[in-house]
Amino acid sequence: MNEQDTPILSINNLSKQFGPGCAHCRTGEADRLIKNYCPKCGAVYACQQISFDLYPGEVFGIVGESGSGKSTLMQCLYFDQEVSGGEAYIRTYKNGKVNLFGESSQQKRYIRNHQMGKVYQNPILGLRMGFSSIGNIAEKLIAAGSRDVGSMEARGRELLEHVNIPSRRMKEPPKNFSGGMQQRVQIAKALSNNPPILLLDEVTTGLDLSVQASVLDLIKQLQRELNISIIIVSHDLGVIRMLADRTMVMLDGKVIEYGLTDQILEDPQHRYTQQLVHSLL
Amino acid sequence: MNIAYNFAFFDEGSKREIRRATLKAIAIPGYQVPFASREMPIARGWGTGGLQLTLSLIGKNDILKVIDQGADESVNAVNIKKLVAKTTGVKTVDDTAEATLIQSRHRIPEIPLHEHQILVLQVPLPEPLRYFEPSEFITKHLHAEKEYSGSWLMLFEQIMKYGNMSTDADHPVMVHDRYVMAPSPIPRFDNPKMDHSDALILLGAGREKKVYAVPPYTKVVSLAFDDYSFEVERFEGACCRLCGAEDVFLDELIQEETGETLHQCNDTSYCISRLNEGSASTTRTAAKIGGVAE
Amino acid sequence: MGYVAVKGGTQAIEESIQRLKYERVKKGKVMEVDSIVCGMRGLIDQVMSESSLYSETLAAIAIKQAEGNPEEAVFLMRAYRSTLPRKHYSRTVLSDDMRVERRISASFKDIPGGQILGATTDFIHRLIDFDLMDETEEDAKQWLHAFECQVEEEGPDKTDLNKLPKVLDYLRAEGLISECQEDDEEPEDVTRTSLNFPASRSERLQVLTRGQTGAVTAFAYAVIRGYGQLHPTVGELRIGDLPVCIDNPIGDSDPDDAYYIGEIKVTEVEMLIPVTIEKEHGRKEIEFDIGYGICYGQNETKAIAMGILDNSLNTDHPEFPSQDQEFVLFHIDSVEATGFVSHLKMPHYVTFQSKLDSVRKTRRNRNEEREGENR
Repeated sequence: MNEQDTPILSINNLSKQFGPGCAHCRTGEADRLIKNYCPKCGAVYACQQISFDLYPGEVFGIVGESGSGKSTLMQCLYFDQEVSGGEAYIRTYKNGKVNLFGESSQQKRYIRNHQMGKVYQNPILGLRMGFSSIGNIAEKLIAAGSRDVGSMEARGRELLEHVNIPSRRMKEPPKNFSGGMQQRVQIAKALSNNPPILLLDEVTTGLDLSVQASVLDLIKQLQRELNISIIIVSHDLGVIRMLADRTMVMLDGKVIEYGLTDQILEDPQHRYTQQLVHSLL
Repeated sequence: MNIAYNFAFFDEGSKREIRRATLKAIAIPGYQVPFASREMPIARGWGTGGLQLTLSLIGKNDILKVIDQGADESVNAVNIKKLVAKTTGVKTVDDTAEATLIQSRHRIPEIPLHEHQILVLQVPLPEPLRYFEPSEFITKHLHAEKEYSGSWLMLFEQIMKYGNMSTDADHPVMVHDRYVMAPSPIPRFDNPKMDHSDALILLGAGREKKVYAVPPYTKVVSLAFDDYSFEVERFEGACCRLCGAEDVFLDELIQEETGETLHQCNDTSYCISRLNEGSASTTRTAAKIGGVAE
Repeated sequence: MGYVAVKGGTQAIEESIQRLKYERVKKGKVMEVDSIVCGMRGLIDQVMSESSLYSETLAAIAIKQAEGNPEEAVFLMRAYRSTLPRKHYSRTVLSDDMRVERRISASFKDIPGGQILGATTDFIHRLIDFDLMDETEEDAKQWLHAFECQVEEEGPDKTDLNKLPKVLDYLRAEGLISECQEDDEEPEDVTRTSLNFPASRSERLQVLTRGQTGAVTAFAYAVIRGYGQLHPTVGELRIGDLPVCIDNPIGDSDPDDAYYIGEIKVTEVEMLIPVTIEKEHGRKEIEFDIGYGICYGQNETKAIAMGILDNSLNTDHPEFPSQDQEFVLFHIDSVEATGFVSHLKMPHYVTFQSKLDSVRKTRRNRNEEREGENR
């Protein structure tokens, strides 16, 4: 079988709930919840039975309003949150035979350090604001096993140059930088260990429009050069349109539609997606 | 009201509890075992961790040596020695080779320790990751997951800033390829003495309530990078003005009249024994040696 | 004869100890332990509370030995406490059984059983009483006699001080405080096991009640001033004696066989803190949370502060240091804090020499770099 045809990452029935649930909401009946939470006990069903595949070299978009569960999904994928149920497989980890969510926390750290990179909406979560920018990149390389200062420094320099951080500012801590620069340092950090999978969570939200455009351009360019697989989450269909090959639409913790991005934009099926697409025009 | 204290100050139950924690520490080299640290008659931060280990282990036949910053006669060493002697009546010595139990703050003696000795080191801050991560809850998890990027990152940052690792004392070590450990604020010069040591090394942090250990013949490696190796303090050509020793940790002294820098062995009992070996026939008393102690 | 080390340190210590004793007795008068017990109730209560050792006599000796320095007296008591084997554990003490001396509520004007002002400094004018300069024992005895006669004339009070109802029980009956289950779990002893985080409530309460009065007060002050957003009210503050009993060591735990071993005086505080509770269908209600404070002796500020911190440490999502368990519980102990701060007086010349080496190495590297550039 062609390598391009087997997914790099497969997610099966991923679920995440907050709160234990009660007799009412555990029934599984369709109308038991208001949006994504139980009116009786207040349990929140943030992600319900989410399944999808990510193929090598593709950009997979996830779009939805706040509260749709898209950011929770990303947190689960990067092990920032524990899932309530479901499975995940990465082709390059133990031949794709082992469910990542069942691994020990030590192994999860290994997967995070070797197989993934993540860029958070809030740079505070992804960066050590008081450490040098190059140190931030080295942290990820150290975690992935590097013990050579020279090669880490060279790699950091190369990446920071790539994301247009001038080399004289590399030893400065990100806290001195503007929001757009911080986001670019985060991207460099996430890419430092050549991960096969990159997770981008609302990376342009909160940035000025012109800065947004430059960050998006950067992502597009890097993706083409490195042929990396990306999952990008955004509430902004414009961002998804610009980057994603395929798109999944989420609402109230559920997937309501997915397919090729162009197809979804031209012929949205679900009423919510139609609204989204209209608002874009 | 007339109250007498038990042998070695503690009640036997307390001693047993501390020994149990110590055994666990020996079984898991480099792992910080929490223990119910007691309040001691000396202040927290003044060696109560080491003192509790010493008191829980000491028997009537033990021979005790206590040093502080290399000196037997430093006031704090004297004070601890006095307390242990008062509550146990054991013999105390300056001679390192003769001691069975050595409590030390911030130095490992110059002469190699042997199998029948236990070295107890006093520890102010047992957590090597503390300056990287203030929360105990999180550092415990980092140890459990063997996630030590933080330790190396601190060193990397120093290299970026200063061009080399700028740790002074307490340079972190990897024990038995598993736990990163704070060796206590011994100079880097003493770090290599921990590796495959013949003697059992115990480390006690009283205020932070942790005991940890380097059992005999355990691999201890000072953290370093492939291209930036670990370096001990250098004294470049200097030697002890009294005994002439070169490959030892030296104190720097300034001669008041001339403003000249002089060096002298930091390990005072080592210096004295060298002087005695070298000049068994002379009868000078080394009045100046006492001068380095407080 | 060979070289020997000069015993400078030993001698210096001996002299220093002599000097310390000289400072204590140099005016030619000594304080009797008994007069400390009789006249320094405030200091004794503070020292017993911070030492977590209840003995007025021991506290008085410690205060004498420490020349009235509370941090030193607490230290002496704690070190002594370490040597005491645990021979018995008391039966659970119920604070309902308190023989109350003072009891007030800031939440209700009329509380069942009434407000009992008792002995308090709250309403004295802080004017130095210069008559105390010449007060004699004779004066004291005379005053005491007059006072006792007056009490006798007034006749006995009808209130049963041994069984005063708790203010909080009334709020609970009305459903304004959530019902709480009796928690009979064996408390963890912070002096026998080391703290793990998140700390259990029993551990938190122990560390707080042993805390240094000033530190506990300062943190609680930060909470109510702005770093914690709590708006507490004193639900009930009571001071009085609690009976302590132990089980018959050779019998079973039949309460009728238990031995009464004495009484301890404590200050107990129940703080009421309004919180918003989310109910069904997103409906919000205000309920009262409780903060609990208790400590040996009459230490009202400390007990109230403890009640505030008990509540503010009860959150999983600390926003302020005052809500962070590690930040508060690790830093309020008198013996630990004073010990570590004072240890900076110890010689650090090995560590300093090592630092010096590292600084010189850095300089050397810089110079080599510069020379390289110039070449």
